[in-house]
Amino acid sequence: MNFDKEYDASGLSCPLPILKTKKALADMASGQVLKVLSTDSGSVKDMQAFAEQTGNSLLATEEASGKFTFYMKKK
Amino acid sequence: MSSKKMAIIATKGTLDMAYPPFILASTAAALGYEVQVFFTFYGLQLLRKDLSSVMISPLANPAMPMPVPMPVMVQMLPGMESMATMMMKQKLKKHGVASLEELRDLCLEAEVKFVACQMTVDLFEFDKSEFIDNIEYGGAATFLGFAGDTDICLFV
Repeated sequence: MNFDKEYDASGLSCPLPILKTKKALADMASGQVLKVLSTDSGSVKDMQAFAEQTGNSLLATEEASGKFTFYMKKK
Repeated sequence: MSSKKMAIIATKGTLDMAYPPFILASTAAALGYEVQVFFTFYGLQLLRKDLSSVMISPLANPAMPMPVPMPVMVQMLPGMESMATMMMKQKLKKHGVASLEELRDLCLEAEVKFVACQMTVDLFEFDKSEFIDNIEYGGAATFLGFAGDTDICLFV
């Protein structure tokens, strides 16, 4: 999937992946896509919840051997 | 649409009880909430510039997971509190959990409003210069003025 910016939150625990995602999105333009990497299994549900509550779109979630990848499109 | 609001009263000054207010406040702010945290009694310790006095004690804290079972008689020995605090901080770091300082900074960056209880500051004769900047001082009525209009209100 195409993306405009990437943030690696690997090794970080709740709530840092969410807080860092929010920060990374801050200087992006509407419609741009942020790719976030995480090793926190809790972030799967949290990213969904973040998207629902902020209006950003979680385009896809991928998992591969304990690594999670999220694609978040900015509102 | 006006943003949702959350108010938290933080009353505890131990390492374990310092996390919930800062985690919830920073996350709520990231979700677009307007957040206020009112620090009173021992919670005021969380507003100090230097957070090294924020510790955890295994004593009277039977739910705290310990590497080996530890009788209360051992837990009360001098230095146990420092040791438990050091171990807890190492564990938090190893698991990628933010430090209290980092979470507190993230709260301030996200414009979470911190209010220190003026009465408790006077009661314990705290020196305001020991607290971080960018906080306000107020009382119960100040807190209720904001809390009365919130979607979430928590006492920690």
